[in-house]
Amino acid sequence: MKPAPFDYVRPRTLDEAVQALAGRPEAKVLAGGQSLVPLLSMRLAAPSLLVDINALPDLDHVRVDETGVRIGALARHARVLADPEVRRVQPLVSLALANVAHPTIRNRGTTVGSLVHADAAAEMPMVLRLLEGSVDVAGPSGRRTIEAADLYVGPLESSLHHDEIAVEAFFPTLPARTGVAFEEISRRHGDYAMCGVAALVTLDGGGAVSRVRAGYLSASDVPAVVDLTEPLAGGITPASLEQAAAVALTQLDPETDIHATAAYRAHLVEVLTARVVTAAYQNASEHTHQSTQE
Amino acid sequence: MSTEQLHRIRLQVNGVAHEVEVPARRLLSDALRHDLGLTGTHVGCEHGVCGACTILVDGTPMRSCLMFAVSAADSELTTVEGLANADGTLGPVQQAFRECHGLQCGFCTPGFLTTITAGIKENPSPSEDEAREMIAGNLCRCTGYQNIVKAVCRAAELAATHSGEADQ
Amino acid sequence: MTTRMMGAKVARVEDDRFVRGHGRYVDDVAPDALHAAVLRSPHAHARIRSIDVDAVLDLDGVHAVWTYEDLAPLAPAMGEPLPLLIPHPTLTHGRTQYALAKDEVNYVGEAIAFVVADDRYLAEDALDRIVVEYDLLPAVVGIDAARAAERLVHEDVPGNVAARMEQANGDAAAAIAAAPHTLSLDLEIERSACMPLEGRGVAARWDTDNGRLQLWTSTQTSTGVRAAVAAKLGLDLMRVDVITPDVGGGFGVKINHPWPEELLVPLAARLLGRAVKFTEDRREHFISSAHERGQQHHVEVGFDDEGRLLGLDVRFWHDNGAYTPYGLIVPIITSTQLLGPYKPGAYHVQFDSLYTNTVIVTPYRGAGRPQGCFVMERTMDAIAAYLGKDRTEVRSINLIQPDEMPYEHGLTFQDGRELTYDSGDFPTMLTKIKELVGWDEFETFRAEMAAQGRRVGIGLAAYVEGTGVGPYEGAHITVETSGKVKVATGLTTQGQGHQTAFAQIVADELGVPFEDVEITTGDTRRMPYAVGTFASRAAVMSGSAIHLAAKKTKEKALRIAAEALEADVEDLEIVDGVVQVKGSPGSGIGLGTVAVLSNPLRYAFDEASKAATQFNVGDPTKPPVAAGEEPGLEGKDFYSPPRSTFASGMHAVIVETDPLTAEITILKYAVVHDCGHLINPMIVEGQIHGGVAQGVGGALYERMAYDEAGQLQNASFMDFLMPYVTEVPTSIDIDHLETPSPLNPLGIKGAGEAGVIPGSAAFAAAIEDAEGFPITAMPISPSQLFDLRAAHHA
Repeated sequence: MKPAPFDYVRPRTLDEAVQALAGRPEAKVLAGGQSLVPLLSMRLAAPSLLVDINALPDLDHVRVDETGVRIGALARHARVLADPEVRRVQPLVSLALANVAHPTIRNRGTTVGSLVHADAAAEMPMVLRLLEGSVDVAGPSGRRTIEAADLYVGPLESSLHHDEIAVEAFFPTLPARTGVAFEEISRRHGDYAMCGVAALVTLDGGGAVSRVRAGYLSASDVPAVVDLTEPLAGGITPASLEQAAAVALTQLDPETDIHATAAYRAHLVEVLTARVVTAAYQNASEHTHQSTQE
Repeated sequence: MSTEQLHRIRLQVNGVAHEVEVPARRLLSDALRHDLGLTGTHVGCEHGVCGACTILVDGTPMRSCLMFAVSAADSELTTVEGLANADGTLGPVQQAFRECHGLQCGFCTPGFLTTITAGIKENPSPSEDEAREMIAGNLCRCTGYQNIVKAVCRAAELAATHSGEADQ
Repeated sequence: MTTRMMGAKVARVEDDRFVRGHGRYVDDVAPDALHAAVLRSPHAHARIRSIDVDAVLDLDGVHAVWTYEDLAPLAPAMGEPLPLLIPHPTLTHGRTQYALAKDEVNYVGEAIAFVVADDRYLAEDALDRIVVEYDLLPAVVGIDAARAAERLVHEDVPGNVAARMEQANGDAAAAIAAAPHTLSLDLEIERSACMPLEGRGVAARWDTDNGRLQLWTSTQTSTGVRAAVAAKLGLDLMRVDVITPDVGGGFGVKINHPWPEELLVPLAARLLGRAVKFTEDRREHFISSAHERGQQHHVEVGFDDEGRLLGLDVRFWHDNGAYTPYGLIVPIITSTQLLGPYKPGAYHVQFDSLYTNTVIVTPYRGAGRPQGCFVMERTMDAIAAYLGKDRTEVRSINLIQPDEMPYEHGLTFQDGRELTYDSGDFPTMLTKIKELVGWDEFETFRAEMAAQGRRVGIGLAAYVEGTGVGPYEGAHITVETSGKVKVATGLTTQGQGHQTAFAQIVADELGVPFEDVEITTGDTRRMPYAVGTFASRAAVMSGSAIHLAAKKTKEKALRIAAEALEADVEDLEIVDGVVQVKGSPGSGIGLGTVAVLSNPLRYAFDEASKAATQFNVGDPTKPPVAAGEEPGLEGKDFYSPPRSTFASGMHAVIVETDPLTAEITILKYAVVHDCGHLINPMIVEGQIHGGVAQGVGGALYERMAYDEAGQLQNASFMDFLMPYVTEVPTSIDIDHLETPSPLNPLGIKGAGEAGVIPGSAAFAAAIEDAEGFPITAMPISPSQLFDLRAAHHA
């Protein structure tokens, strides 16, 4: 279990890093490495070149303003998770991060790295899609922004070009009168979820449901988000939640693996959809109530 | 000998600087063990799950099997060999493991010791639940973890006493 | 008297080096060694058409590459299959693999080629360049496929049956036919594995100057490896030294030997004149060491109105994997130990040991007992359910009573000896476990939880474990002239704290300070006669041998001191390392001085040896070493019991099952345990904790997920779900019962495996109790529980 040989550069500027990738379609970017290094050690991946971006300046930032959270490519999960401002403006990022692997992995792994690794079982890609965030990438022709909706194109496949480096992720702030919740069920604490659900519920001025969207882990082969507004617009009831889960399942494709059958995962989609949407609704009601008081 | 390109790097481990030449693919765990002879860091899975290889990188626990030695050149590393007190006596976490029978075969132990060393620095008086959370990413096949949880709490006590004495 | 060490919670002496990172495991020794890697079969069943190693031969940094054809010219016996370690008359179709595959591979992971390079990275690069052509054969995976025998693993083994074995006591069929009530059950346990945190490893150095081989290996038997290496490499035994350094856990898998690498590494070291090392990685450990536990069982049982067993007939099928190097030990243990603490009435058992195209099966902690316990305890629960009785009542009526000890089952155990329980008090144990877990209060608790919409269940399981199997262990003790006591026993240590527990025994018997005793295990240079560490035998076997050797050492010390002190032996005692007249401190001489006196010298090299020269020691009219004596203050003895001693225990567990998600949570775990006298209760409890955690793993998390092609789909710690701290009980309540064994001088029984044995049985019972439908297969995941709910409520 040792990696195959590769060339290695540790550029000091972003331009150098991008140049290093140019013309090397077999190259990989190394940030935290917590997903990449096991693949290398098992020789499931054998890039000819590793561009280690850990020495790049000014990429470990976590910036928060009223528009949202901006996370630099070298910000470790643990740092983002510990940031109280992140929790304030976009609590779902913190809720989800607490479920990413174990603390020691979060100490090294980067949030942006996880986003572009594009694993449908991983929390952050789903959360980025649910929150309609984006990723800024740097390439030979400069920077561009990829909206979350356009980021995930296949299993473990993002729309980044081989010579692009993700430099920053943007998670927009929680809209007004909106609540969030997150729950996942895994075999062991810290494992990838057998199923996980995050929900975003927005209420109108009168406290009625105006928009509901939910993201799902391990329920399809790409990070999945489903709009549940229609079944829930009439209110959050056991019947409407059941209806919402049914809607969700029409757009998901849970599969059987060694840990759970497709039927069990589908059942968890139902259970968690009800729980998480309800919790997000309550969370939204609290926010709405508070803002009314203010 | 192989023709693979070597990188000359400086690894700062337990306060001592080491110059080594390694290929880029050399895992930090292997560099510590086989290039520096610091065999206290153990390798149990080489895919980041078991935690036996956990060391402190600038004081923060990380898996040395998921880092390349070339990437660690800018950091201050602490391995299990660096956890004893300056006078050579056992550090608080080491002492607690011995007192509480927190180890059997000893193979996973270094990863627990480093993890807990950082953990009780962050949370100097963990509850039992917090102690469990602290070690939740490390596998042990011998102890059933019961005495490791006790050792975390005991280590926190010892560390508090130790730093109390140091203050006086 | 010195404080008695036996029974004290003495902190472990080995811990200081472990917590400092100064342990020495195989991969830590011989830092100058070349590194080996092994090309392993990617197919479960195939004929090898060709192997092309040309691309490796001139690779930089590669020192050797071997396939099967290279081996016999280097050492003729290496062309033969690996040994079948434990033959048995019923193992009519035993098969073992070659060190490197010859013509055919029978499981994913089987060794095909061996490379030695400057480091492991280069060795793995070389493996990538070896080209093997295969003709694929259909794989036999799982017991159903093996039984169906539509395809064969070995074409010369009909029905895939390696062995069929049968034992009986009485006419079970007749007893069942005549019984008022009968039940039949089908019960299954899946594959799992020991999974020590340190995999296998071996390092070897050929000492050209002395013509000796020095081998370090992460084994549970140094002497076994030594004999095997000598035989297979064609070396004189006296030229082979095997050292087992610190071992990062064993749990059974390291008792099998010789592994291919244990032969290939020393062969390479000798040929290359360089130290060579092989360190197994985790994926290799999954696919090329050993698994256990996979068995299907069919039970027919007859019983009376009270639930008393009248006849028990068990037919089972054991998946032995692709080869049978370790014989039939696991299924023989199941077939005998499933009886637990109960009287079965008439008993008949028959098993088939079956080949499959999967990793070999050798004992994993518990070794067939978890399956047996599962079978018997599920049967007890089924009888209770059928009769509408409390589950502990049915058990109680079937228990062997203390006054029936020694109890003869009329069967033959795994060591070829009679299955005769030497001791135990099962009724008291049942009372204790009920109290400890709160059995009688449980219905109140269940009602309270139900009121909150929560679903809970309770289960219990009992086992009896034959421990301390023979044939023997030995010990050698030397008292140095410094007074330090050096003890060697040949079996190995994998974390059980032998350096502490054995030193406690020596300190007590010899009367020396605990700190002055140093124990060496698993080093054939120090003790070449030994068997190994398995079957919870180390404390019983080596503990007893060490006790006996200490006794001999003491007798010799007293003899010599009596002469020096002109006292009668009967009047002397040894206290704190000083031989003195009983009750007269200050009157005596230190053991170091006795050691000086024991060894008449011609040459003096320090003050102590001056006192021992031929002009100072002994009566000049007699020989300096009297007839029948030997120089040196030493004692050596062996312990060889007539048969095993039987430890016992009962576990009880309370679980909660989530009505919606089918998640299973442990609310309480209780253990009552009887291993006779405890040498070190702290160590014994640690063994129980670890066993319970493995039991939790085996019941709720761990399985070997083979697909139909024989690919192990979860060969990593990502997907083989060993419990973290978050998956084990937050506390384990333990109560001890001490019924001493009459078979050994210390009254002890083994404790190493016990904790794991009843796990699956107890959890199945508790989940069944919570859910209200039978649980007949373990392990069980939430997904499977969900499926069962659907099936039973459909």
